[in-house]
Amino acid sequence: MLTNRRFYIIGFVVSLFFAGVVSFYASSAPDGLEKVAQDIGFIDTARDHTNADKALADYGVKGIDNERASVGVAGIIGVIGTAVVAGISFKLIARKSKKDHN
Amino acid sequence: MHIPDGFIDLQTSAVFAGLAAAGIATALKGARTQLDEKIAPLAGLTAVFIFAVQMLNFPVVAGTSGHLLGGALAAVLVGPWAATLALTVVLLMQGLLFADGGLTAIGLNIFNMGVLGVWAGYGIFLLLRKLLPKNKSSISLAAALGGLLSVPAAAVGFTIQYAMGATATFSTSAVLSAMVGTHVLIGIGEALITGLTVSAVLASRSDLVYGWKNNNQKLELRSAD
Repeated sequence: MLTNRRFYIIGFVVSLFFAGVVSFYASSAPDGLEKVAQDIGFIDTARDHTNADKALADYGVKGIDNERASVGVAGIIGVIGTAVVAGISFKLIARKSKKDHN
Repeated sequence: MHIPDGFIDLQTSAVFAGLAAAGIATALKGARTQLDEKIAPLAGLTAVFIFAVQMLNFPVVAGTSGHLLGGALAAVLVGPWAATLALTVVLLMQGLLFADGGLTAIGLNIFNMGVLGVWAGYGIFLLLRKLLPKNKSSISLAAALGGLLSVPAAAVGFTIQYAMGATATFSTSAVLSAMVGTHVLIGIGEALITGLTVSAVLASRSDLVYGWKNNNQKLELRSAD
């Protein structure tokens, strides 16, 4: 049994490592849906993403030319951002639920 | 599996945005009854972990990759209601910040991965948990197989959306067989990641795992009869 603190630190560090380091080695082949769309022929109906020119589009940081650093930093930003948004959301829900029970 | 803008027309996207919103509202209600201050951090960590692992595309067959969807994993770790919410946070981050998944397609994507994937995976998990011996390996195996099937389930979700409102005119049955065929293969990766992650959490903090705790409680109730 890990202590609470140690469990969450390990979980967070593993996530940072995956998004910040391992992500560089991820396959860049089209994903399942993209491949099916190519093979069947409806890939051309896709439009460019509204945010395609924004700073973090396609998991790269605009302005960082080194590909390893670009995807790594984007991943780390995503992990921290998700932690903040999800952390706050679930905390609020849990607090609300405590109030409901009282 | 993240649908870009343009594949599906706006009317159908709006219908699924409504369904996704209803799913999120129901999940909020459900999570309120299940989430306490002890479990809330695990729900947050689950969202973080899924975001990170979704970046790790693995090769499946020539020229095709796949990545974790995470619906079954989240449902087993924190329950189906919190799972839908965790996936919603991940999909919003990806769509808004990383240009992954179209903004008009956000409802389509939340429906497929955050509702359909979660409940298909969780349904299979519950069924297998009933059939298998009551131990931790069974929980991991049931979670893995739930994960395996949740991916083609989400692929069927896309096919339904395609049938309702594709901007292209290729036959739905061709899309269905290609989507399901490819996503069963991706499901194998989903099963491995889901099974390994659930067994790692069970080994370190089984007291936090929704799909394990919840099972033990039920057993206690029955033995009291």
